[in-house]
Amino acid sequence: MARKTECLAMLLAGGQGSRLGILTKNVAKPAVPYGGKYRIIDFPLSNCVNSGIDTVGVLTQYQPLELNDYIGNGQAWDLDRANGGVHILSPYQQIKGTDWYRGTANAIYQNINFIDRYNPEYVAVLSGDHIYKMDYSEMLKFHKEKDAACTIAMLEVPWEEASRFGLMFVDDDGKITAFEEKPKNPKSNKASMGVYMFTWSKLREYLIADEEKEGSSNDFGKDVIPAMHTAGERMYAFPFDGYWKDVGTIDSLWEANLDMLNPVANIDLSDTSWKIYSNNPVTPPQYISDKAQVQNSLVTGGSHIEGEIDYSVLFSNVIVEEGAQVKYSIVMPGAKIEKGAKVQYAMVAENAVIRSGAVVGEDPEEVENRDEWGVAVVGPALTIGEKAKVKAKTMVVEDVEGGATV
Amino acid sequence: MRANNVLGILYTDTYSECISDLTALRTMGSVPYGGRYRFVDFALSNMVNCGISKVGVVTKSNYRSLMDHLGTGKPWDLSRKNEGLFMLPPFNRGMGAYTNRLDALRGIMEFIHMSKEEYVVLCDTNIVCNMDFGKLIEYHMAKNADITICYKEGRYPQLANVMHFKFGEDDKIRKVAVPPVAEEGEGAYGVNYLVMRKSLLERLVNQATAGDYDVFEKEVIMKNVEKLNIYGYKIDTYCSVIDSVQSYFDTSMDLLDPAKREQIFDRESPVYTKVNDDMPSIYGIGSSTKNSYIADGCKIEGTVENSILFRGVHVAKGAVVKNSIIMQSCYIGEDADLNCVIMDKHGVIRPRKNISGDTTYPIYIGKNITI
Repeated sequence: MARKTECLAMLLAGGQGSRLGILTKNVAKPAVPYGGKYRIIDFPLSNCVNSGIDTVGVLTQYQPLELNDYIGNGQAWDLDRANGGVHILSPYQQIKGTDWYRGTANAIYQNINFIDRYNPEYVAVLSGDHIYKMDYSEMLKFHKEKDAACTIAMLEVPWEEASRFGLMFVDDDGKITAFEEKPKNPKSNKASMGVYMFTWSKLREYLIADEEKEGSSNDFGKDVIPAMHTAGERMYAFPFDGYWKDVGTIDSLWEANLDMLNPVANIDLSDTSWKIYSNNPVTPPQYISDKAQVQNSLVTGGSHIEGEIDYSVLFSNVIVEEGAQVKYSIVMPGAKIEKGAKVQYAMVAENAVIRSGAVVGEDPEEVENRDEWGVAVVGPALTIGEKAKVKAKTMVVEDVEGGATV
Repeated sequence: MRANNVLGILYTDTYSECISDLTALRTMGSVPYGGRYRFVDFALSNMVNCGISKVGVVTKSNYRSLMDHLGTGKPWDLSRKNEGLFMLPPFNRGMGAYTNRLDALRGIMEFIHMSKEEYVVLCDTNIVCNMDFGKLIEYHMAKNADITICYKEGRYPQLANVMHFKFGEDDKIRKVAVPPVAEEGEGAYGVNYLVMRKSLLERLVNQATAGDYDVFEKEVIMKNVEKLNIYGYKIDTYCSVIDSVQSYFDTSMDLLDPAKREQIFDRESPVYTKVNDDMPSIYGIGSSTKNSYIADGCKIEGTVENSILFRGVHVAKGAVVKNSIIMQSCYIGEDADLNCVIMDKHGVIRPRKNISGDTTYPIYIGKNITI
């Protein structure tokens, strides 16, 4: 008899991440590169494996090709299992017609059969666009101890940022007493991290009910969770105090990358007891030439550095030629920064080429209007011509000719 | 070229004694090289890159680290339902562990015989070379050769039984000399990458058994140079035969030469190796790194020059590492000073220690040693 699956994870990876613009034009948000050699989805997938969850359904919808390719059979995360393992779940045709995933809850609803096959006691619902390291087995333990129907991971956020989150009010026992969705004047700073643990029999019931309800947006945060709360189910908040970041915007993705260089940010990926796995082509080591200056930066295999790198994250196979400068920037795999080019406060996507003498991004200290400042982005495989200039906050979506300013 | 009709055989323990420090706790094939690789990766990747999908790995002793490295063969795409990677532990019929190349072949005759491939490529692992075996096999066919042996011109490797060649026209080998002890000098010498028909290999091994021969190079190649069509294939890319700790050091340092590095890690023909999921390397504030080859997972807070750092090396503040090879997970303490050192895995240099060798006499620090 096959081993019983106690807890199964459903990973919501279908989102477009439209606020990331050109970076998610051809890939789903969970497949966006992060931290030198990872993609965002590596975090929830590695968390699952490290927490002992070996059956994971990945719900894809928007631009799934690269994501499917990346996940493959799951071997990179040790999820190529005889029982369980990783399963890519795309919307499919059914007898009553074909339907896209209409919302997060609907996506799970459409895969009730998949979950039932494993007949788990508990289902973790995770989102594929957060950077964090978390032991779901601790959360499951908490969930069982509290005999909860639903447990939501909770993070205390700074008060000034609280209005951006779904907030919770919690009693001394950890029981959730009320919810507040992105309020203007927050009265709580306990934010939901979008990480849920459900008792499957309960969730199943509410998913079916939600589906039958007219006018429901079939969303966890908007519909299912409030419905459970109204019905008086036992709902608990599981406190988490590690690093957690929603990388939904250009600025937050840029910041989250640079957080890896910030000891205070506490996202330590060198911890061998909680490795973050990724699926990368094998590359030789990185070469730092005798002309290079590399300071306070992350550099990844296959890169060739002859220029000046300061406070930046460089992915694999990046080339930085002599005299080029990279500061406060993220340079994704295969990008090339030619002689004398300058990349500052910017994100350069995969295989982009910055020709010699070009300047990408601006130092916030040097712009006239600080409020207008933002991180500059160069889209995948684009070329910024010689001596061209890309201003702060510009998102480059097509090649820029030499000498031009955008 | 797809060469599914070719069987790969890797000798992973040839000449281990020439770098006895490095092979004290491992076999030649699993000697670390180039920041994240092991010697076996080169021949194995050469095979896989030309489409070979069945490889037998001949082992002799100390092969735990090799097995750990190769695992199921997944990184080389040799974890297959059909064919794939075959570990061949020493197998003998009551005569003790094999002592030479011919004995080793006798031990795996069953494996060779049962393989359905028509040709065999035999490779040593003390060779750092990224070459196209497809071309070698094409050449072998085009010449209608019985045996094709790779060769290189230059200083003879200081090893026993190195084949010295004299050619006729057209790279056909006319004369082979096999000095039983290393001989100084320069000329064309055999690099132990060989191709032949499987049936011929079986016949030659059987003849050698009947004749009670021991030395493959001498009694199989040299004796048959008149009878068989034996061709040399000149290696036209970087190739180094490791024959001493000094040559290990020099061959490692060749990675700091861009032209040589391009040939060793040619992007068109990747060298595959075991994946370890290290994070990117971090370069601290105030650190300085010049002309060095750094693997992932390192943390550099001090100064590194003209050196090769393997995965997970930590160079603490004020430490200086020059002209050295530092293997996986070593720790170089604050203000320590290393020059011309080969430091094996998991070593620790305590703060303010000073160890210096010479480029012509690198100092070797053993595995797990704390200084």
